[in-house]
Parts: sequence; C-alpha cells; structure tokens
Amino acid sequence: MSASAFLSQLLQLAIALLLAPLLLGWVNQCRAWLQNKSAPSLLLPYRTIRKLFHKDAVVAENASPVFRITPYVVFSAMALAAAIVPSIATDLPFAHAADAIALVGLFALARVFIALAAMDLGTAFGSIGARREMFVGFLAEPALLMVLFTASLISGATLLPTIVETLAHRDIAIYPSLAFAGVAFTMVSLAENARIPVDNPATHLELTMIHEAMILEYSARHLALIEWASALKLFNYSCIGIALFLPFGIAQGSTDWTAILGAVPVLIGKLAMGGFALALIETVSAKMRLFRAPEFLGTAFLLAVLAMLVNLLLGS
Amino acid sequence: MSAVPLWVQLSNLFAAVLLLLAFAMLAQRRVLSLIDLFAAQGFALACSTAIVAYATRQPHLFWSAGLTLVLKVILLPWLLHRLIRQLDVRWDVEGLINVPTTMLIGIVLVVFAFNLAFPIAQLASTVTRATLGIAMASVMLSFLMMITRRKAVPQVIGFLSMENGLFFAATSATYGMPMVVELGIALDVLVAMLILGVFFFQIREQFDSLDLKHLEKLKEHE
Repeated sequence: MSASAFLSQLLQLAIALLLAPLLLGWVNQCRAWLQNKSAPSLLLPYRTIRKLFHKDAVVAENASPVFRITPYVVFSAMALAAAIVPSIATDLPFAHAADAIALVGLFALARVFIALAAMDLGTAFGSIGARREMFVGFLAEPALLMVLFTASLISGATLLPTIVETLAHRDIAIYPSLAFAGVAFTMVSLAENARIPVDNPATHLELTMIHEAMILEYSARHLALIEWASALKLFNYSCIGIALFLPFGIAQGSTDWTAILGAVPVLIGKLAMGGFALALIETVSAKMRLFRAPEFLGTAFLLAVLAMLVNLLLGS
Repeated sequence: MSAVPLWVQLSNLFAAVLLLLAFAMLAQRRVLSLIDLFAAQGFALACSTAIVAYATRQPHLFWSAGLTLVLKVILLPWLLHRLIRQLDVRWDVEGLINVPTTMLIGIVLVVFAFNLAFPIAQLASTVTRATLGIAMASVMLSFLMMITRRKAVPQVIGFLSMENGLFFAATSATYGMPMVVELGIALDVLVAMLILGVFFFQIREQFDSLDLKHLEKLKEHE
C-alpha cells in the first residue's frame, strides 16, 4: 500500500463529498428544464446545506440518543461507501476492505438507523415513513444483490475494483446478461434513492412520503447531514452503476497520476449524462401507488435473476 | 471470449429477448398488449432464425424465417385483433394467482428448464445449442400462462407462444426442422386459430362470457 494509493483514495473521497450535492442540483435543474419550469440554481443544494449548518438544532424532549447519533451514522456510512466504490481509480486501500456484499450491508445499516430514528419519537408520519422504507428496502435489496452477483459471475470476484478491471479490459461483445442487469439496477436505484416511480423527492404531501416522512423531525445540522447523505447515496449508486456497466476511463493502478486525474472529467461527464437520464425518467413516469411497488421491484428482481441465469447458460 | 463469433452473440441476444418477452407476456394484464407482445416474440424468433440461416448458409431456414414473419408477426396478431374487436372483449386479464407469485414460479420453471436442457444440449452439435435451455423455458412459461389464465383468449395466445418456443427449440438444437414439417405446423397453427375463433363465439353464445370456469360444470342446473 503506497502513499500514492492513499492520495488517490483521499482524492476520490473528496470528489465524492464535494460533487454529491452538485449532482443533486444538476438532476433538479434538468428536471425543471424538461418540465418547462425555470430551473433553480445548480448550487442550491450547497446553499441549503450551509444554511442548515448555521441554524440552531431543535430536538424533541423525548428523543433518545438513537435520534441524535443517526445523522452521523448515516453520513459516515455513505462517506465510507463513497470511499469503497471505485469511481476514479481502482487501487484504493479502502476498496479492498469491503466487497460488493459488504457494501450492500453498509447501505442496509444506514437504512436501519434512519428507520429507527424515525420511529424513535413516536410520531405517526415517522412510523409510516419507517415502515414504508423497510417495505421498499426488503424488496430492493435482493434485486441489488442479484445484479452484483451477475457482475461477479462475469468477472469471478466480488471485490468491486476487480470487477471494474475485468469488465474494462474485456473485448467488445454483446452481453444480454449485463443489459438485463443494467435495467434491473436502474429500477433498484430509483427505488433506493426515493425517486419518482416509488417515492417523490419533491412532494409536500405527507401521506405519500416515504423518505421525507422519516426526516420530518430533523432540523439544522442533523438535517444538513441527512440531506448531504442522501445526495451521497445518489452519487454512490451512480458510481456503482458506472463501475458495473460503463467502467471505461477509470484509472487502473495508483502510480499513473495522469490517468487518475484524467478519470475525473470522464467521471463528471458520465455523471452528467446519468443525472440527465434520471431527470428524464422522472419526467416521463408518474408516481406509483405504494402497493404497486412490489410489482415494480419484483420485476427488477426477475430481470436480475434472468441476467444471472442467462449468464450461466450462455456464458455471455 | 473473443472466440465467440458475432452471429452467435446476436443469436444469444435474441434468445435472451425471447425469454424476456415470455416473462412479459406472463405478467401482462391487458389482452391487447398481450397480442403486441406475442407479435414482438414472433419478430425476435424470425430475426434469430434469419441470423442462423445466414451464418450456416441454409436457404430453407430463410423460408421458415419469412414464414414466421408473415404468419406470427402479421397474420395471427391481425386475426386476434379482429377477433377481440368482434367479441368486444377488452377487459383486463384476470389471473388465478397474482403477478409476483406467477413470476416467482416462472423463475423456478426457468431454472428447471435450464437444468433439463443442459445434458441434452451437450449431445447436440450445433453452435447455438446453449439456447436450447431458453427454448424449453419459453415453452414451459407459455404452459404456465395457459394454466394461470382464466379467460379463453389469453389461453390461446399462450398456446401460440408455446409453438414459438418449440420452433425456437428446433432451430437451436438441429438448425430447424425439414420444410415439409414446418409448413405443416404453420398450417396447423393457422387452422387451430380459425377453429378456436369459432369456438370463442360458441362459448360466448352459450355462457355470455369467455370465462372458462363455466365449462367445468357438467350439468346445466345444479
């Protein structure tokens, strides 16, 4: 483990932390354009976070320590995940500590904590949000694991850097299994990041909220951390998608600094395209009823399993 | 991995699309979309057959691809659409079991079919033998669709899509059946479709509905 590897790790983490709100702002801006509205500033998420950090926090009297520590747990889980997912380089000291399955576990940890905090105060909306979140989560997680297993079967490893290196170096060929897995992954990401077919991030109607209902009681720095963490979650999912399905341009090896620095604009370009695609999906689709979510995520699971089976049968 | 030629990759792709469409038909609730999906499945089948025909230089496979295109993409969907219009049955299809459960049973069937096809595929000498599992899986999924649907029209579409699967199995295991057999089957399917169309009218005249559970009663008055 060299100093250079550590430097690239730090660079990647810093990029993730700094770019995540920008990605969120970009998605919001694209969506506003597509819906023929005047777009909010690209930097709005940064301003929101700064504003929230300057406010005084209000915590309910009957809040337990779980409620207080949850923002920190969620934020550090997402920051750790951002360090594990190879987005600009593959030779990362952190990435070898946890494979794809542990990464899913890390997301699950954040989910459990935020659901516990939502139920902690005993408010009606918090409990509803927590239940719905767990409902969506338990359907989305197996599908996500199956997508990761498909990529693992192709590359023969569950470590994300190894998967990226294998997939980036293979010959150009048609992989029906990767196409299925890609569609399944998109559906899972929409559900996990509380985007439109499953949840509406811009809603003001408490009865239909999932993610927003859970964080209604948070204010100031706690809310800022949670908002930042959900931006990071979107960033992480986008980076996992890039690592699995568009791994070209990610630097391999830690000594070649021109490649690592060259990977940054490539990453930004891919994220910009991904953000636009997300805004497009959100514009053309309507929010589903909550009880249609099992069908939506069941389809994602089905596609992911089919990807794995087709890969086993056809070897492609 | 680069040893796999492009046409095998393309035929694998169409095989995967075929399997996906079989699942889409299993999950589809509306009759009209079901017919469109059936036409799409026929199109994927025709493409895959044409690719195999081009790569293995077998002119008679071109004929069967053309036959598939005319019969299953144009003629049969047109007949079905006309039938739906005449019967005026645009209801949502009611399954016996709900969609996610059907999908899970479908996955189990696919695993079963893949295991079943694996030893058989070892015996075949064609390059496309790996897709035999997919062909068997689509046959079983169509079978499942016939079992889980209560109404007559989706059952017939299941029957037709089962024929698609069998045709694909023949192409992937032995590069297609002799032309005489294929023509015979094509004619059979067409005639079956026409006779079943007459049946639909008879069933509806008798029971005022196309729900097949009425046929289970033996007596008219209990």
